[in-house]
Amino acid sequence: MKLSIQVNEGPYQHQASDSAFMFTKTAIEAGHEIFRVFFYHDGVNNGTRYTTPPQDDRHVVNRWSELAEAHDLDLVICVAAAQRRGLVDEGEQERNGKDGNNIAPGFRISGLGQLIEAGIQSERLVVFGD
Amino acid sequence: MSDVKKFLYVNRRAPYGTIYAWESLEVILIGAAFDQDVTLAFVDDGVFQLVKGHDTAGIEMKNFSPTYAALGDYDINKIYVEKESLEARGLTIDDLQHLVWEDEDEDWAEKDSIKVVSSAELAEMMGQQDVVLSF
Repeated sequence: MKLSIQVNEGPYQHQASDSAFMFTKTAIEAGHEIFRVFFYHDGVNNGTRYTTPPQDDRHVVNRWSELAEAHDLDLVICVAAAQRRGLVDEGEQERNGKDGNNIAPGFRISGLGQLIEAGIQSERLVVFGD
Repeated sequence: MSDVKKFLYVNRRAPYGTIYAWESLEVILIGAAFDQDVTLAFVDDGVFQLVKGHDTAGIEMKNFSPTYAALGDYDINKIYVEKESLEARGLTIDDLQHLVWEDEDEDWAEKDSIKVVSSAELAEMMGQQDVVLSF
């Protein structure tokens, strides 16, 4: 089945972020196709490479990056939500005159239209959040 | 993308206190450009989003409630408010903004967008959707 995933909550704050990852990974292993993973609200914070959890904890961000690398996943961070929360890629850095960027490998920043398109193109859109 | 799907946006939270209501409205407005079959539902504290007379000066937040009045211009005219949620909060439809849309097929007659429905009716409607986005 062709699935898309929406992640609405931030890492380490909320189980939804972990559940979304585990669901996505398991869906791939079960042979399903992931059309897109869309990060919204505080969920955009799943995509900052500055995240540094204690060594004995899971690395939520790297986990997504590795899964994306292995399976060519499309990890999309909402631009409007990202701008509010200080999540920046090179393009946003230039456009907004910031002194750096913090997006993690495998993620890209794009618009909310990508979420609607995911809803249209996928057989199921699975939302993780409160 | 010619296929039209039924999109339901479920708004469950108070307009201020968290950003969910505002960021839901942003999705709804962007989504309107995709010409899908859109329905909005307001349940639980989400019914407060439509209450008229918001004054946000004291919390230094942008008052986004005028945006709901523009939904009709985006061809979003199926707005369902759960009856039980209104009653539990001591509200009636008269406490809500009067949202309208213009019906192109009836010489642009102005029609009400908001309909108060029971929990059971809403559940049935949810079952008919292709995509349910919950905020």
